[in-house]
Order: sequence, then C-alpha cells, then structure tokens
Amino acid sequence: MKVELTVNGESRLTEVEPRKSLLDCLRDNFNLNGAHAGCEHGVCGACTVLVDGQPVRSCLMFAVQADGYAITTIEGLTPAPGELSVIQDAFCETHGMQCGYCTPAMVLTAHALLQRNAAPTREEIVESISGNICRCTGYGQIVEAIALAADRLSRANAPQGGAVR
Amino acid sequence: MSAIAKLRYVSTPRRVREDRRFVAGHGRYVADIKAEGTLHVALVASPHAAARIVSIDASAALAMPGVHHVLTGEELAAGTDPLMNGLDTPEVRRYPLAVGQARYAGEWVAAVVADSRALAEDAAERVRISYEVLPYVLDAERALEPDSTPVHPGHGSNVLLDRTFVWGEVDKHFAESPYELSFRVIWGRSSTVPIETFGVLASWDPWRNMLEVWASIQMPKYSDQIARAVRLPANAVRVHQDVDVGGSYGVKRGIKQTVIVAYLSRRLGRPVRLIEDRLENMRAGDAHGPDRIFDVSVAFNAEGIIRSMKMRALDNVGAYAGRSPFQLGKPVGAIVGPYQIQSVQYRAVSVTTNKAAQEAVRGFGQAPTNYAIETAIDKVAEKLGLDRIEMRRRNFIRKEQFPYLIPSGSTYDSGDYHTVVAKVLDHVQWPALEQERDRLRAKGLLAGIGIAACLEPSGGNSSFEPLLNPKNTTTTWMDSCRINVDLLGDITVTIHTTSSGQGHETLAATVVGEVLEIDPDKIRIMRPDSLTSLPSNSPVGSRMAIMLGGAAFHAAHKLKRKLLRIAGHQFGLAGDQLVYAGGGIAARDGKRKLSWMDLVLIAHRHIHMMPPDTEPGLEASHIYQVPTGGILPTPDGRVQMYPCHSFEFHVILVAIDPDLGKPEIRRYVIGHDCGTVINPHIVKGMTLGGIAHGIGAALLEEFVYDEQGQMITQSFMDYLLPSSHEVPKVEIVHHCTPSPFTVLGQKGSGESGYLGAPAAISGAINDAIRPLGISVGKLPIRISALSDAVAAARAKSSVTS
Repeated sequence: MKVELTVNGESRLTEVEPRKSLLDCLRDNFNLNGAHAGCEHGVCGACTVLVDGQPVRSCLMFAVQADGYAITTIEGLTPAPGELSVIQDAFCETHGMQCGYCTPAMVLTAHALLQRNAAPTREEIVESISGNICRCTGYGQIVEAIALAADRLSRANAPQGGAVR
Repeated sequence: MSAIAKLRYVSTPRRVREDRRFVAGHGRYVADIKAEGTLHVALVASPHAAARIVSIDASAALAMPGVHHVLTGEELAAGTDPLMNGLDTPEVRRYPLAVGQARYAGEWVAAVVADSRALAEDAAERVRISYEVLPYVLDAERALEPDSTPVHPGHGSNVLLDRTFVWGEVDKHFAESPYELSFRVIWGRSSTVPIETFGVLASWDPWRNMLEVWASIQMPKYSDQIARAVRLPANAVRVHQDVDVGGSYGVKRGIKQTVIVAYLSRRLGRPVRLIEDRLENMRAGDAHGPDRIFDVSVAFNAEGIIRSMKMRALDNVGAYAGRSPFQLGKPVGAIVGPYQIQSVQYRAVSVTTNKAAQEAVRGFGQAPTNYAIETAIDKVAEKLGLDRIEMRRRNFIRKEQFPYLIPSGSTYDSGDYHTVVAKVLDHVQWPALEQERDRLRAKGLLAGIGIAACLEPSGGNSSFEPLLNPKNTTTTWMDSCRINVDLLGDITVTIHTTSSGQGHETLAATVVGEVLEIDPDKIRIMRPDSLTSLPSNSPVGSRMAIMLGGAAFHAAHKLKRKLLRIAGHQFGLAGDQLVYAGGGIAARDGKRKLSWMDLVLIAHRHIHMMPPDTEPGLEASHIYQVPTGGILPTPDGRVQMYPCHSFEFHVILVAIDPDLGKPEIRRYVIGHDCGTVINPHIVKGMTLGGIAHGIGAALLEEFVYDEQGQMITQSFMDYLLPSSHEVPKVEIVHHCTPSPFTVLGQKGSGESGYLGAPAAISGAINDAIRPLGISVGKLPIRISALSDAVAAARAKSSVTS
C-alpha cells in the first residue's frame, strides 16, 4: 500500500507491504542506511530514529504507522555533506564509539535528550542511553561525548563573552 | 625496538579517523551493500537436539511465487567440501547445513532463497521435514564418558582432544609443598554477541570466473577457506575488505554462512545474501564461546608462595569442532598468569555435545583461564589468612626478571607488576576502600572487594595450531602494509583486512606519519580486496598494534631509506651524512637540501637522477613476521605462544542487597600496562568495553540449554547484555612498560579489561558473601542464584543460632 512519510523534513511517497517495518522501509525504500537492524525485537536500540522528536525503535513500528509523523534519521542531523553537528563532533572528540554500528542511534538518542534537557546530569545521560546497547565501548566515552556536547551547545547559545558553567 | 627519539603522533590523543563516517550514519556495513537482483536467504532450523533427517519436502515452499530454491544439506554437500577442522579429526565432518543428521536444536537444515527476506521466512515455514529423534548429550562430563552418545558416530567418541602437558617437576613440587588445595570453577557459555549479526553477500560472475564476496568478517585466511570449500581457485574468490564490521570481538568467522551463499549464487546465477536475524545468530550462528569446567590444584608454602599448579580444563565445544578446541591451547602461553609458578600440569580436554558450535571469543580462552588462576590465588590467601594483594605481590614475577621464561615455554617480554599495583592502591586509597566496604557491611549490605591481576598475551601468533595438531606446522602469522607516494607527493597506505571497530586506519596512519614525520591526517588509508592484498591474518589475538603497527613501521622505514638513497645520490654523500626531517633531506653540513616534493619528482619523473639499480616511483611494502615466532613446539609441548604480555590489575567494590541478591559495582579501578600506547582514545575504549563485556560474562550472559537441548536464552530479553545502567564509571590507572620485542614498545590491548573483569567480580562477590559461609564458583553469577544462596545461608544461620 502507499504511504506518505515525512523524513528529514521531506515528504516522500512510497509503496510498502503493510507488514513492513519502518526500519526496513527507511533502508530499502529510501536508502537511508544509518538506521541499523540489531535484534529486531526492540531491545538493542540500534534502529532508533526520532518520531516527532522522540526516540523510537523503527524495528517495532510499521512503516504505515509512521504516516503523518515527522521522522528524523541520522542522515537528517548532519548540517551539510561533510559537516557534523555539535553532538556528532563531540562523539568524534571523545571517541564515543568503536565499530559504529550502534552510533547513529546513540547520536539520535543524545540529540533527543539535549533537546529536552540542555544540561543533563551524568545519571540523566546514563538513563537516556540505557535503551541503546553498545557492545564495544562500555558506554564511558559515549557518556563523555554527550556531556561534552551539552557543554558546547550551552556555550554556543550563551551571550557573547561565553557562558561559565 | 627501534627508538624514535621524540614521538610526534604516537601516544597523542588524536581523533580516530573512522569515527567521522560512523557518527554521520555513513559506515558501510554488509547490509548496506545492495546488488541488483539480489536474492535473500532464510534458514530452516532443526527443532531437535539430535535427529536423523528422514525427508525434506520443499514443494509447498517452492510453489510460492518469488521463491527460487530450497537448498538442502545433501545438495550442498555434493557441491562443496567440508569446512576445515583445526584438529586432526576427519570424522567430525561439518557442512554449513546438516547432512543426514541434525546435531543441535536450531542447526540449519535447509536454506530457502526468495526475492525478499520476508518471503524467504514465509517459505521456510512451509518446508516440511520429517525427523527421527536420536539420543543426545549436553553435559561435558557426561560426554566424556565412554558410553555417552557420540555426536559424530564416525569419530567413535565425543572426545576431540585430551592431552596432558607436564612442564617442570610437578609431582616433586607437590610432594615437597606443605600445603595444597583443590577446587572447581565453571565458566558458563556466553559470547561476544555483536549488535550487528553476521551477514554476507556473494555474487558469482561467470564471465570473469569470479566470486565476489562482501561480508561482516573477522577471519584469518577467510578467502582461502571459502575457495577450498566451494572448490574454486583461491584467485577466483575476491573478498571486498572495505566493509565496516559492526562488532566482532572474535566471533565473526562466517565460513558456513559464506559457503551457503557462495554455492547458491553460482547455482542460481544471482547475487545472494544472508543477513542472520537475531535468532539465527544466537542459536545457530556457531558463535558461542568457551563452556568450561576447571579443576585446579595448587601446591604452596606457609608464606603463600605457589610452587606448582595442576589444571584440568574441560571444554564443551558443541556439535562441531572448527577452530574452537584451539581455545584450550592459547592460554598455554600465559598458563601461570603473572606469577612465578615453577611447574604446571595442564590437561586440556575438548568434547562434542549437542549444543551449538563454539567460535573464537575475545581472548581465545584466556579470560576463563585467568578466572581459574585468580580464584586459586584468592583461595590460597583465604586458607592462609593472607591479604589477597600481598599474596599476589609475593608471587608476581619481578621487573628485573624479564624477559621471563615460563614453564610452558613462552617468554614474557616485560612488565612491572609491583609498580602497577602500587599505583592502583595509591589511586584507590586502599584503606579508604576497605573502610567503605566495612561501612556498607555495617549498613546491612553484603559488600566485598574484588582483585584480579592478569595478563593479556598479544601479538596473535598461531602456535596453538602446531601445539595441538601435530599435522599442522604453521610457524608464521604475518601481517602487512604497503605505502605508495603519488606524483603529487600524497601518501596512500593499504591495509589488508577488514576491521570491526579497532581503528586500524588510525593506527596505520599514525605509525606511517610518525616514521615519515608527516601529518597522519594527510595520509589516505585504503583496503584493497583480498586478491590485491598482501598477506594478513586479520585482527585476531590482540595483534594489530603489534603486527599492523610493525608492518607499517617497517614499510615506512623502507620508504625513508629509498628517499635517503635518492638524496645521497644527488649530494654525493653517504647516508650518515644526511638528515631526514619532516619529509625533506638535508646534507649534514646544512648546505644542500631537497624537499619532499623534490624527492618525489625525482622518483616519479627523473630516472636519470636516481641511483643505479633503483626502481622508479616511491613504493614500499612490508610483510611482518610475528616477533619471537617462527619456532615449532617441542615434543613435550613447550612453545612460544604470543610475543607480548600486557598487564592489568583490577580493584573493585561490590555491594549486594541481601534480599535482592543483585550485585552493584560501586567502584571500578583498573591499572593497565600495554606498553607504548599508539592512540590513547582507542586503548581507553578497548579497556572500558572489555570490562563491560566482562561484567556481562560474570553476571548476566549465558546461553542456557534446557534438558531437551533447547536453547532457552535466544533473545535479548533472556540473554542479557550490559546496558549503561550495569556498567559503572571505570577509573583507569596507566602505566607503560615498553615491550622490547616490538617496533615502538607497544603491546596489545584488544582484549584488555575482559581478561580480568570476571575474576575480579567473582572475587568481590565471594568476599561479600564469605561472612555467610558460602561461595560461588560458577559464572555467570545470576541474581536469582545469588539471592537463593544468600537466603539459604541466612535461614541456616538463623536455625543454628
């Protein structure tokens, strides 16, 4: 059946089987490969995308259910080809990844956290990523990356002269 | 070790170049690679632990539109050769799909090929297989008994390997020691379970006679094994190595999966891919880790000096062998851990059972062995009433004893264990940590401190192959690097393997940049396909800092020597009259100088200016032999296993609510010495990730089989991976004891943390529950088991009091 999805701000019409997951639709129909299949039963979080700004497991949502929502994938976070967002850059700064497989989902989850909480505590960061399994890093440098991004964002938004935290 | 006077790039916290593509979602994983006309595979699994396959009726599946083929084991076996066995066990025959008999529940019996994966799954449900159920065996000790049902009747028994090594005067040392104690510990079956399952895409090109393969792979000699199994010349198998691998930590060996799609692609004339789903991956990806029972005896004196050890390791490798029995061999290279144990008897026993097959897991058997050794140290300390840290200090090899030959024939390169321990104790403020434990106890919690000291053998050689299989005479496990400088003076370095998060592009660029004194960010790293690569043995055995680092270092020096010859020829000066700096070369008298671009131009355009007998162009390559390798084991089983030995020392504090039984790690400190660190971010990440993995193995993760042989932990809701809540903040205390055997003094770190964390956690929990008069000796230590044991102990003490 036909669905019209708003992906990264762009309206896209496509044909899907009713049983097709949003994850498979993004990957197969739109070639947006940044969302990854990990467990396909809603535990690992590697398939996370944002639906109306909230992290959602795209393996547990049918593409047809996403009709009418604003979907943001990792491809929608980069400001321009070759340019990184502040959060993406912070992940590079602290090496908050190894194999990179869970990384787009982690970055999106961090993005959603910092949208609603500009100055999260360590516990809040840990809580926010607790639904995203990373097998490589032990989470330490991911937590550091998100804290660093929060700090940088707060400085960027502070009045001239720089914020002191 | 060739000294570089002052390091510019090595050991500095430079960014990891791979990260840019990953944070943007532009990694290139196997499932991202799309070939026109690709067909998809789903597997039909055996519902029985052991069963004869009576018949397979695929007609209903084949009648579905879009279904192209149903491949059975019989057909596949007729068109391919069996997969390789590490040991000389020809009757333990292994094909990618069960042939005649299924040997574990979940084993793949047929492969369905369709236009989409969803359709293939639908069709798989319509394949009708009739089975005759057979007897089975799951327990390793039962499998060891002569009357147990053999998993492979042709082999005659379930014993794949039963070899006893005696290194030194074990009986004498036991007889002379005033004390001895014996115990059993069990390492439960878990694995690395990467978030990306194994996947492979194969495409046969009949016009070029070429099998193209893209895979999520970490396997030494992968293309050779595929070629052999599908009966193609090795130069007709082209493995694309520019595929990002979504985690492996040892297990992504993928031979059986690749043989299935390679065969199907040739048979059907279309690209065929198999991306395992989580159930296929966990139940039958043949990627489980060691499943091991240790029986250990140690002989010691009143001062706690351990003189001798006897260890029997009984490993349940599951239904097929592959390389997994070698996981009993690798720990031979560090069988005494960091201790001066003078003699060892080691009995390595490997049995088949009706469980899924094992594969290499991070450390290749070392983490379980370290857990057994560390348990011995704790038990001796307890028996003698000695402090556990003092106990370790007394037994440690001392700094001045290196290089140190251990009884099993390996020489440890270097180390300074006492200093690392002192630094860690200083960092944790040991008396304060003990006070904190006692404060928690006073509050009514069970609290304990765990300690583990262990080694990470690194530099991955394959000496365990000839050690355990006399027909195997392998003495090299080389790796390679090639450097080319183009006409514009830009540098391209090739590395010859896939990576699964280890940062090899950063590693190679850093080392080449260091030697050539050129900014690593300006160096391009490429991964040619397997046919245009030099030999590599892939990133196994914690080896790439040493092996790729060594190859890159030597290749860069070869290039530098060529530049020096070119400059010397222009100046009419010998090499010692020249100074290389930042890519340019000056005469020592300072009067003449050639820039990098001057030299590049001569090499690329001006053969008339080149020294005689010098090839034009600027290229250098190096195939690096494993340091200290190259020697076959002695007949009594002494062997130099790996060249380098990193050291780690864990101190942790665990608190347990006695009613819940849930261990909570309140503090985690690790002292880590892996010699010269090439990239601090990478080493830190490896250590933190290894600890997280160790927490999983110690507390959460296990592939559990029920009495019928069904695996009951087959999703992430039952097989629990540590989340950010389970992994505490970890404090790392650094120390650097360079290795004398490597080019920059580096050692391996790819298995760090994991090799000691389970022992430390077990030690902490045992320290916590000791006041109740109980102990635990099996990993993982599940919350339920712990709370039951605590409750029983408390009930008993309330009855007796």
